[in-house]
Amino acid sequence: MTAIQATAPAASPTPGPAAPVRDGARKRWWLRHTTPYLLSLAGGAWLVILFIIPLVSGLVVSLETGNPDDGYTFTWNWGVYGSLFVNSDVSYLTFFLRSLGYGVSATLLTIVIGYPMAYFIAFRVSARWKNTLLLLVLISFLVSFVIRTDMWAFLLSDQGPVLTALRWAHLASKDFHILGTPGAVIGGIVYNDLAFMVLPIYAVLERLDARLLEAASDLYANRPQVFLRTVLPLSRSGIFAGVLLVFIDAVGDPVNASLLGGTHTYVIGQAIQDAYLTNQQYNVAAALSTVLMVVLGIILFAYARIAGTENIEDLV
Amino acid sequence: MRDEAWLRGLTEARVSRRTVLRGVGAGAGLLTLSAILSACGIRGSIAAQSQEKVDWTKYWASHKKTGQLDFANWPLYIDEDHGKSPSLELFTKETGIQVDYQPVIQNNAPFYATVSPELRAHEATGYDIVVMTNGWELTEMINNGFVAELDHSRLPNFAKYAAASVKSPNYDPGNKHSLVWQTGLTGIAYDSRQITRPITSFDDLLDPAFKGHVGMMNDNTELGSAGLLALGIDPATSTPADWKKAAGWLRKQSPNVSGYYDQSYIDKLQNGDTWITQAWSGDVFQAIAGGHKHLKFVTPKEGQMIWHDNMMIPRQAEHPVDALEWMNFYYTPKVAAMVEDWVNYVCPVPAAKAYIKNQLDDPDVANSPLIFPDSSIDTASHNFYVYKNYDEYQLWNDTFNPIIES
Repeated sequence: MTAIQATAPAASPTPGPAAPVRDGARKRWWLRHTTPYLLSLAGGAWLVILFIIPLVSGLVVSLETGNPDDGYTFTWNWGVYGSLFVNSDVSYLTFFLRSLGYGVSATLLTIVIGYPMAYFIAFRVSARWKNTLLLLVLISFLVSFVIRTDMWAFLLSDQGPVLTALRWAHLASKDFHILGTPGAVIGGIVYNDLAFMVLPIYAVLERLDARLLEAASDLYANRPQVFLRTVLPLSRSGIFAGVLLVFIDAVGDPVNASLLGGTHTYVIGQAIQDAYLTNQQYNVAAALSTVLMVVLGIILFAYARIAGTENIEDLV
Repeated sequence: MRDEAWLRGLTEARVSRRTVLRGVGAGAGLLTLSAILSACGIRGSIAAQSQEKVDWTKYWASHKKTGQLDFANWPLYIDEDHGKSPSLELFTKETGIQVDYQPVIQNNAPFYATVSPELRAHEATGYDIVVMTNGWELTEMINNGFVAELDHSRLPNFAKYAAASVKSPNYDPGNKHSLVWQTGLTGIAYDSRQITRPITSFDDLLDPAFKGHVGMMNDNTELGSAGLLALGIDPATSTPADWKKAAGWLRKQSPNVSGYYDQSYIDKLQNGDTWITQAWSGDVFQAIAGGHKHLKFVTPKEGQMIWHDNMMIPRQAEHPVDALEWMNFYYTPKVAAMVEDWVNYVCPVPAAKAYIKNQLDDPDVANSPLIFPDSSIDTASHNFYVYKNYDEYQLWNDTFNPIIES
């Protein structure tokens, strides 16, 4: 006991005037080391609540077994993933491949259509028209996309104005129809998602340093070469952002297929919706969503590695 | 020295205790994880039902009239006049009960899937009356105790005016839980401008001349029943082996079909996209009355389906007495006639016929065999199969869903 008492004063903090200084230093040290974490708290909470928890709970539900009568209990049922794709009554594999096919076609089409639009607005239009044109790109968002898609179903129906006019001009045969075909579904997706491709590409092109283009011309590049070897590579990040927005949306979308599709355009988005909202097969719906997410993740990761994303932060 | 040894002993003990605690903690963590995972399960309907038994006499004695009624129904399923319903207004005037009428039910399965988590948790759905077709969902709601048993002493009009065909149906003996709102027939409708030959049979749906212009329903109960009827099998007494055969017929028909539709099938028929389609009688009557004179509804020679949409009171309804009062109010010739003259399905109150003819002066509706059917229609009509348990329902789904989802 005496020994402890003897050393005690030495262990106590330095008394007197030195104390506030050390206190302040400690506070500064503490702030410097915790501020980044405190600042990321909001973003972290956002990620955890709206991303990680739904993700994990989706995975958990997919591993449950049961039915709406007996309830669903957690049983580590990894077998559900196999059973959905091997010898399944409903051929989910077909729906997956079909959705990916529609998604890829729609994404390529939005690039082919959207890039020239963005290029035109960024380079060929005087500054005072730019805002108007961008507003025109966005204006259709003022109406719900379900209603707009349903309007397309009306316009393109067999007795609708488009086909009636085409038949009147003898440009379409009596059996020709648009609704119910994969083309109608892909067209609907392209129409709905075009702005998501135009805007990121525009944002990149708008910020391109004009001196680089002049330099390319000075080095004897003709106009196609300037575009292909300077503009296009520099706008890669815009295309990448557009692909992220369009492709993910297109692959999972059930609306275009159900409003514009027919008997053989059933996609994975519809399958998930029906499993959850009609058949109450929660585990099947969760498993399909998980697979969809993983597949999309792998595809986009591979694309990011190949196409490069080093300047995607330019867009933020 | 002794003190230091004591100290060291204390410290060492603490360290080892901490290790033990850490080990226990990790084990407990794993246990908690698996406990959490198994607690994540989704409760089933049967578990919810077995929780308690309700004394219905006490239930009705303990609830009082509140002056409010929340009514969930299908779209276009009540009389309408400039956005208001005269029959509901009359009800409010006579009883003082305000009605919040919500046409939110687009189809049985999706609506049931939406409210079933609340029903299972014994929470209020926000509706005092829901209208469901006799099918798996309705049977589920009755079997699992999700709907109240009706107090028939407060439903004298039902006993007095209801048609024999809606009393004590096979899916709800004694009308213990449900009263019919409307009855409908599922047959075939076609466009007589495009199809000039007479349509008499389900086999006409196979005609290659109609390829790409045949509509079918995406409700698998309706679709499967059509396949069964086409093969001459009565759906109500069919077996899983019959279902397989019916699926075969539907698969054979599939190349002809332009789509498996929900309620939108009638738009497709009206605008000429489909020429011949599986159809509900009331929709076709409304379409004809709305100016589409070229549409025809036929009962195939193999037979047609008859179904009932039923009013039921969810057990946790907040205003069950008011709901009961509406049910009784509806089963009078006058109110049933007001609704029927607009809705045009099959009326559950035969006495409404005279009221429509004389007071409402609408002989088209009063004399229509689709609305006030004679007995010959009854004999051509078949009931849906009543599923005995979930496995049967699942088997039906597995048999017929691959046709729609293709």
